Amino acid sequence: MDSALPNLAALLPVLLLAFTGLALLLVDTISPDARSNTSMAVVGAVGSLAALAASVWLVVAGSGEPITLLAEAIKVDTMALFFTAIFASVTALVVVAAHDYFHDHPSPAAFYSLVVFAATGMALLAAANSLAVVFVALEMVSLPSYVLVAYLKENRGSVEAGMKYFLVGALSSAIFLFGISLVYAATGSLLFADVAEGIGSLDGLAGVAGIGIVMIVGGVAFKTASVPFHFWAPEAYEGAPAPVSAFLSSASKAAGFVVAFRLFTEAFPVGASPAIDWVLAFGILAAVTMTLGNFAAAVQEEVKRMLAYSSIGHAGYVLIGVAALSQGSSGNGAVMGAAMAHLLVYGFMNTGAFLFVAMAERWGVGRTFEDYAGLAKRAPVASTAMAVFMFSLAGLPPFAGFFSKYFLFMGAIDNGFLWLAAVGAVNSVISLYYYSRVVKALFIDDPASSSALDAIDVRPTGLYAAVVFAAVATVLLLPGFGPVIETAEAAASALF
Amino acid sequence: MILEALIGVTFVAALLVLLAPDAWAGRLAFVLSLLPFAGSLYLWSGFDAAGNALKGGDIAYATQVEWLEVGGRTVSWFVGLDGISLPLVVLTTFLVPLAIVSAWTPIDARQSQFYGLMLFMEANLLGVFTALDFFLWFVFWEAVLVPMYFLIGVWGGPRRKYAAIKFFVYTNAASLLMFIGFMSLTFALGDSVSSFALPEITGAIANGGLGEFFGIAGGQIALFAFLAMFLGFAVKVPIVPFHTWLPDAHVEAPTPVSVLLAGVLLKMGTYALLRFNFTMLPEQASALAVPIAAIAVISVIYGAMLALAQKDLKRIVAYSSVSSMGYVILGLIVFTEYGVGGATFQMVAHGLISGLMFMAVGVIYNATHTRMVGDMSGMADRMPIAVGILVAGAFGYMGLPLMAGFAGEFFIFVGSFAAPTLPYAPVFTALAMFGIVIVAGYLLSAMQSTLFGPFEIETDYDIGPAPFHDVAPLAVLLVAIIVLGVAPDIFFEMIRDAAVPVVEGVTVDG
Repeated sequence: MDSALPNLAALLPVLLLAFTGLALLLVDTISPDARSNTSMAVVGAVGSLAALAASVWLVVAGSGEPITLLAEAIKVDTMALFFTAIFASVTALVVVAAHDYFHDHPSPAAFYSLVVFAATGMALLAAANSLAVVFVALEMVSLPSYVLVAYLKENRGSVEAGMKYFLVGALSSAIFLFGISLVYAATGSLLFADVAEGIGSLDGLAGVAGIGIVMIVGGVAFKTASVPFHFWAPEAYEGAPAPVSAFLSSASKAAGFVVAFRLFTEAFPVGASPAIDWVLAFGILAAVTMTLGNFAAAVQEEVKRMLAYSSIGHAGYVLIGVAALSQGSSGNGAVMGAAMAHLLVYGFMNTGAFLFVAMAERWGVGRTFEDYAGLAKRAPVASTAMAVFMFSLAGLPPFAGFFSKYFLFMGAIDNGFLWLAAVGAVNSVISLYYYSRVVKALFIDDPASSSALDAIDVRPTGLYAAVVFAAVATVLLLPGFGPVIETAEAAASALF
Repeated sequence: MILEALIGVTFVAALLVLLAPDAWAGRLAFVLSLLPFAGSLYLWSGFDAAGNALKGGDIAYATQVEWLEVGGRTVSWFVGLDGISLPLVVLTTFLVPLAIVSAWTPIDARQSQFYGLMLFMEANLLGVFTALDFFLWFVFWEAVLVPMYFLIGVWGGPRRKYAAIKFFVYTNAASLLMFIGFMSLTFALGDSVSSFALPEITGAIANGGLGEFFGIAGGQIALFAFLAMFLGFAVKVPIVPFHTWLPDAHVEAPTPVSVLLAGVLLKMGTYALLRFNFTMLPEQASALAVPIAAIAVISVIYGAMLALAQKDLKRIVAYSSVSSMGYVILGLIVFTEYGVGGATFQMVAHGLISGLMFMAVGVIYNATHTRMVGDMSGMADRMPIAVGILVAGAFGYMGLPLMAGFAGEFFIFVGSFAAPTLPYAPVFTALAMFGIVIVAGYLLSAMQSTLFGPFEIETDYDIGPAPFHDVAPLAVLLVAIIVLGVAPDIFFEMIRDAAVPVVEGVTVDG
C-alpha cells in the first residue's frame, strides 16, 4: 500500500473496537451508581459502526495486498477486514437492541464493554497469522462470552447455561492449545507460513502433527458449534439473554470460521502432507452437522431452541467452504468466498431472528410456537421482519439467504463435491418446514386467548430499530450481493 | 426504462397502501393500481417487438444491466417484452384493479395489509412475465408465493391454514424440482454460455451446446431437465394428477384472491412451460408428445368430470380451470402456429373468463353467505344484473362464439388437428373437444338449480341487488371478453408473431 498512512493504520478497526471498550468503561466510571444504559448503548453503537466504516473503507481504498505487522504475527488482508465488518455489524445491532432488553437490569453497563471486548478479540482473531495469536485472541473472545451467557445472574437458566458453556469451553481451549503445541513440536514454528512449510517435510512426525491438527479441528468445531462439539450450543443459546444468543450464534460462530478458513489454507493447506487428509473429515463433519442441526430444529417446541439448532445447521452449510476444497482447483476461492458471504448474510438474518426473540422476551409473551400465535395482529412491523428472517434462513429466493446458499452449493458442485451440495439442498428443504412454522404462528394462527396479546404493551425503540435494520439489510443484500460475493471471493482466492 | 418504472411504481404503490389507514386503503389501492394498467397500455401502444424473445427476435423495451457473476456466468437485470409476454402483462394489470374493487365488500379486516399484499403480488407477477434472465425470473417467481401464502392464510375461509400450507409446500417443492432441472441444463452447457440470459441459453441449446456433465451425456441431461421442469410447472398449472392443491386454495381464498390465482397465477405455469420446456427443449418435447398430449386430454376430461361432481360453486369453477388448462397444454404440445398461438391466447381468455366467474360467484356469496348448489334457487329474481353477467360468463366458458373463450379454443383445435409431430392428433383433439360438452353439462345444471326457478333460500340475510362496485368489475370483464372474442387479432397478431419461431424447425421425429 503506497500511501501516507503508516502500516499500523491497517489495524484501525481492531483499535477502534478496543478503544470503544475502554471508553465504555470510562463512561461507566463517570457516575458509577447511575444506570447509564442509554449513553453506554450510544457509545457502543457509535464505536462499532466506526469500526465497520473503517474496515469497509480499508477494503475499498486499500490495494488488496496484505499488510503484516509485529514480526508477521498479524496479517491484515481482505479476509480479515471482511470478517471484521461482520463482527462490527452484529455488535452494533446487539448493542442497540440491548438498550431495551436490559431496561430494568440493575447494572447494564458491564454488558456493553464485555460485548465490545469480545468483538475486539474476534477482529484480532481474523487478522491472526500465528497460532499463538490465534489462541490469545480466541481466549479474548471466550472469556467475555462466558460472562455474557450468565449475565442474568438471578436467572437459573442463564447461570446454568453459562456454567455449561464455560466447562465445555475450558475443555476445548485446553484441547486446542494442546493441538497447537503438538503442531509446534512437529513443525518448529507458530507462524502459519512456516507451519505450512514444515508440514510438507515431516520426518516421522506426521503422527504428532496429525493428532495436533485433529485437536485443532476439535477447537474449531467448538467455536463454530459444529458436530461433535455442538452440545453446549442449544443450552447456551437458550439460557443466555437473547441479545447474547444473537451475538454468539452470529459473530462468535463467524470468528470460529475465520480461524478455520485461515488455518486450513495457510497453515495446513490441502494436500500439503499426504498423511493428513482433513478434507474428508470436514466433509463428514459438514454433512453430519447440517443434518443433525436441521432434524433437531424440526422437533423443537420453543422458538429460541429451534433457532439454536438451526444455527448448528448453518454451521454445517458454512463448513462446506472448508470441506469442498481440492488441491490446486481453481474453484477453491469461489466456494470459500461463498461461505464467507453466507456468514455475512447470516450475520444479519440470524441476529435479527434472535433479536425478535429478545423482543418477545421483553414483552413476556412466552417461548413456544403457540405463545407466538397471532403476534402479527399487534406487532405487524416486527413480525414482518421476522418473516423475512425466517424465509431468508430457509433460503427462499426473494431474500439474500437464497443467493448465499446458492453460491455455496454451486461452488461445491463446481469443485466436484456434488454430494455435499445435495445434502445441503435436502437440508434446506427440511428447514423450510420449521422456519415456516414461525411465520404461520405469527400471521395465521389465532392467539391462544383474547388477552394473550395484551402483553405487548411497549414499543421498545432500540429493539425495533435493530430488528428492522437487520430485515432491510437482509432484503437489500439480494440486489447488492454482487460486491459482497466479489470481495469475498477475492479475499478467499488470495489465500490459495 | 419503462418496464422498470412499471414494476417500481407497483412496488411503491404496495408500500403506500401498506402504510395507509384501513378506512381508505381499498380506494387508494384501486387508484394506484390504475397506474400500472395505464403503463401497460402505454407499453402496448409503443410495442415494436418482432419474433420470439428467446429465439433471437427483437425484444421491446429491453434493458440489460449486469447484477453479479457466478461461476464465470453473469446474472443480470434483463427484462423485455415480446408478443407472448405483453398480453399477459396487460392481463395482469387489467385484472388487479378489478380484483381490488371486488374486495371492497368481502374484506373487512386488516385492509391495508390485504391491498398492500395484492399490489406487491402484482409487482412480482409483472416481473415474472418480463424477466429474461433466469435468476431474475426465479426471484420474481418465488416472490409471488409469499404474498399468496399470506393472502390465503390470513383472509381465507375456515380451513385457510391447511389450504395455505398445502399451497406453499406444493409450489415450493415444485420450484425446487424445476430449479434443479434448469441448473442441470446450465451445467451441461458448460462454457458455451456466459450468462443466465434466457435467449443466450436457448440459442446455445439449439446449437448443440449441451455437453457431458459428471459422466452423463448431454441428451440425457436435457431429458432429465425437461422432465424436472415439466413436473415443476405441472404443479403450478396445474395438470392432473398434481392439481389437488388448487381446489383447496380456491375454496379457502377470498374472492379477489381467487380471481388472481385463477386469472394470473396459473398462467405463470403455462407461460413457463412455453418459455422453458417448449421453446428451449423442443426436441425433448416432441419426443414426449404422446404422453404429454395424453396428460393434457386427461386433464381436460378428468377436470371436467370432477367439476361435474361438485356442489360448491367455487369448486366447480376451480375444477373447470384444471380442465381449461388442459387445452393450453394440448395447444403447446402440438407445435403448430395455431396450437402454440392459441394456447397463449387461451391463457389470456381464460384469465378473463375465470376471473369473471370467480367474481360473480363471490358477489352471490356476499349476499347469501353460501355457495352450495342445493342451498338456493332463483337468485336471478333478486340479483338480476349479477346473475345475468354470470350466465354470460358461463357461456363464455362453454365456448360461445364471439367470446374470448371460443377464439382461444378454436385456435387450439385448428392447430392440434394438423399437428405434424403428434401421432393420432385428430383423436386427441376429438377427445379434448368432448370436454366442452361436459363443461356445458355442469355449468348449465348448476346455473339452472341456483339461478333460475322460484326464489328460495333459507337465510337471515336480506338479499337484494348487489351494490354497484360489486357489479361494475363484472361488467368491465364481460366487455373485455366480448371485445377479445369479436376481435381476437388485437392480441393474436403479436402472439402468432412470437409463436412462429417456436414452431419453426420442429420436425417429425423418425
